[in-house]
Amino acid sequence: MSDFPRWKYALVALVMLFGVLYALPNAFIPLSAVQVSANHGAAPVDQALQQKVQSALTSQHIPNDGVQVQGDHLLVAFANTDVQKSGSDAIKAALGDDYTVAFKLESTVPGWLRAIGARSMPLGLDLQGGVHFLMQVDQSGVVDKQESSYADDIRSLLREKNIRYESVARDAKGGRGIVVVLGSAKDRSTASDLIANQYPDINVSDGPSTSDRFVLNAVIKPDKLRSIARDAITQNLSTLRNRINALGVSEPLIQQQGEDHIVVDLAGVQDPTEAKKLIGTVATLQYRPGVVDVGGHLAAEAARTGNVPPEDALYYMRGTKQPVLVSKKIIVTGNELTNANSGIDSRSGTPNVSVTLNATGARKMLDFTTDNVGKPMAVVYVETTYDTKVVDGKEVRVPRVSESVINDATIQSPFSNQFETSGLGSPQEAHELALLLKGGAFAAPVDIVEEGVIGASLGQDNIKTGFKAVLLGLALVLLAAAIYYKLFGLVADIALFFNLVILVAVMSMIGVTLTMPGIAGIVLTLGMAIDANVLICERVREELRNGSSPHASIRAGYEKAWSTILDANVTHLIAALALITMGSGAIKGFGVTLMIGILTSLFTSVTLTHAFTALIHGHRKLKTLSV
Amino acid sequence: MEIFNHNSNIPFLGMRKYSIAIAIFLMLASIALIATKGLNYGLDFTGGVSMRVDYAQPVQVADVRAALTHGGLRDAVVQSLGGTREVTIRFQPKEDPGAVQANGKVNLDRVAADVMKMLQGVRPDAKLKGRDFVSAEVGAELKSDGTLAALFVILGIMAYLWIRFERRFAIAAVATEIHDVLVTLGIIALVQREFDMTVLASVLAVIGYSINDKVVVFDRIRELFRLARKAEPEEILNRSINNTLSRTIITSLFTSITMGALYFIGGAVVSGFAVTMLIGILVGTLSSIFVASPILLWLGVSKKDLMPVTRDNPELARRP
Repeated sequence: MSDFPRWKYALVALVMLFGVLYALPNAFIPLSAVQVSANHGAAPVDQALQQKVQSALTSQHIPNDGVQVQGDHLLVAFANTDVQKSGSDAIKAALGDDYTVAFKLESTVPGWLRAIGARSMPLGLDLQGGVHFLMQVDQSGVVDKQESSYADDIRSLLREKNIRYESVARDAKGGRGIVVVLGSAKDRSTASDLIANQYPDINVSDGPSTSDRFVLNAVIKPDKLRSIARDAITQNLSTLRNRINALGVSEPLIQQQGEDHIVVDLAGVQDPTEAKKLIGTVATLQYRPGVVDVGGHLAAEAARTGNVPPEDALYYMRGTKQPVLVSKKIIVTGNELTNANSGIDSRSGTPNVSVTLNATGARKMLDFTTDNVGKPMAVVYVETTYDTKVVDGKEVRVPRVSESVINDATIQSPFSNQFETSGLGSPQEAHELALLLKGGAFAAPVDIVEEGVIGASLGQDNIKTGFKAVLLGLALVLLAAAIYYKLFGLVADIALFFNLVILVAVMSMIGVTLTMPGIAGIVLTLGMAIDANVLICERVREELRNGSSPHASIRAGYEKAWSTILDANVTHLIAALALITMGSGAIKGFGVTLMIGILTSLFTSVTLTHAFTALIHGHRKLKTLSV
Repeated sequence: MEIFNHNSNIPFLGMRKYSIAIAIFLMLASIALIATKGLNYGLDFTGGVSMRVDYAQPVQVADVRAALTHGGLRDAVVQSLGGTREVTIRFQPKEDPGAVQANGKVNLDRVAADVMKMLQGVRPDAKLKGRDFVSAEVGAELKSDGTLAALFVILGIMAYLWIRFERRFAIAAVATEIHDVLVTLGIIALVQREFDMTVLASVLAVIGYSINDKVVVFDRIRELFRLARKAEPEEILNRSINNTLSRTIITSLFTSITMGALYFIGGAVVSGFAVTMLIGILVGTLSSIFVASPILLWLGVSKKDLMPVTRDNPELARRP
């Protein structure tokens, strides 16, 4: 048929082939596996480790389907989730804290399909379950942080008002407030009024005093402490959401449990190790004034004698391990930035992170750099990790804070909200740090106290009836279309089938997580996709009634229906886009399904059916149309 | 096969006083219902109680579910944890009315004891390992994001229709859209169906469905206005509705068939989604026929607003 060019047939055939190929992986069911990867500083994954894991499993008589080295990690496959669990326990016991051992679902898609980038859709928490993390939020950490910041504030307040003080420090035992030591009773009462006026959340009381030491106790009010703790959890929850979004996991479950726990369930995680690192790591940057120290003599001296000036702190450079003196004052921290991206520094060729600060951070940075051109500024990398220690026969998780200087450079000219930080070890590290910074810092340190596999939240019978309903619904629509529009209805049915195939193919490529509501969304999309065919068929019927010839009716039917179909679908697309921008789990997934469905249905309902119609009617003289 | 007489000319516009009056009444009633009865939010919006139960011997999750359903906890979420001997159970405490105290607070120990009684009645080896309150699964940001998204939809659709059609079409479409969503929500509030994330998704899908429906009619209105030599707006609008009537109803029927199958045999998880969609399809179809065009007529749509813009050459126009 002349008005349906050959290249369009070819396009239709190609798209159909693409759909079948990329939808195919969903027919292969994944395996339960355990993934082992090395932590920073541990020996890399190699044959020796493979032997060790294999013998650990054999000695405990745990059957497995093979231990394999895959790139920088080790993968052990098991027959089912029960064996997987005991296998993971055995491996963890054998390897200790140097390696991260995590559960994984290993794809069984054949290599030739994977080679072309085809993969199956991960199944959601409701259909298949996933990995489960229980995290404890260390609320005393927030209080510590808050007290330190109040101590800094009080120090600068007293300095500003010219009140001489002997020391301002947090109570040695922690959590008991800030102890201010002043030189006279008069100073103490002035300071007391000042602090009480400036910081309404602090209770100030006089402490024991001697002839030249007048102690003032500043304690954060209990109400404020409670609200700090509550805010900390809320911020941690939103930080976790950001980080998990960055991981690309759709439809996670993140909720607060009890006073100080957070539950994170992730479905279809491809790389649980990275997930664990990203949700559990507490790392941030601090920008601090450096100390003018040509040749590093001062720092070397301080490191040798242990005499560090009271206003400074002694750190070591990342990599070279050289001692560096850095001021205790913090200009800006990772909390005050709005964006971070990793890249490569154009001058030194080392990995870097480019950072955008928020308004307050930018102002502080501008003020500092304007006053300190020619002086050094240091970037301190702060990471909190947890070690397992046995105290009194019980396992206790102890936080360990490691701080190192990644960069100590002279300020060339003032800058404010945008700048770059170089000196990171590897592009991978820069990438991880950028993700962490972008996701926002945890307000309180968190520790993963429990991890495991969690089963599907829907029962097998629920899933079965759900699928049955979906198939029945589709079958009924196919039948109804065939009865009502006869041959044109059958063509629409073929289009609908390929719409499903292509939709699944595209969703698999993007990696949309499939959930039961998601399946309902697919069905709805298909139910609505047939609208385009209804429009075309009704138009063709109208043209026939108006006395046009069959071929002319087909042509006019497609032409006239097209403008309507386009308008209807574009407005529908706008609605779908809004669902996606809302960005929250299930709704976002649904919006993505809807949007892909609208686009695929535009193709299948119009171009694909036109190809079939042209193929069927093209070379024959027609008296009537079966529509 | 044809169900509809293609020559039908039902005077839909003639009933516009009644249809608009009914639409306004339904909207007001829906607002009142949502304000007074409120929506019956589900576990993912409210949070609830989370329990962990240990079994001495392996247990089937399905059996735990059956025991809870038997005891009256119909909507509990049960998942296995780790292997086969530990489960987590999440539910809304209002499912156990005995444990909700007069002041609305929930006695956690009482809830846990009640649930353990249900479980131990079937399996005496069940042991409570922990119980706690859990927060909502969806963050508070969903509310602000949702409002923003709704605004985005309205503005986006208005802008598109304004450009492709004309200002009056944009206003009529959005007004009808708001009607459809409100009435759908009103019915959900009336029957107190559980409102969870899937129902929310469904309500948002109703927006997409119903705008689709309206645009098809609007498209025909534009076409007929452009074709007609003498265009009496009321007659054109009525003819457009009649011409597209067959398509409007067939599409609604086809979509309803799939959703009906989900509702009747799909089980609890998808039935909420399906029934919301069914309500939405019904409301949206009726408003496409009875509400959208009368609004258009009142806004004063006319032939000259819809003629394609002729590209006058400004150079030529300036010449004497």
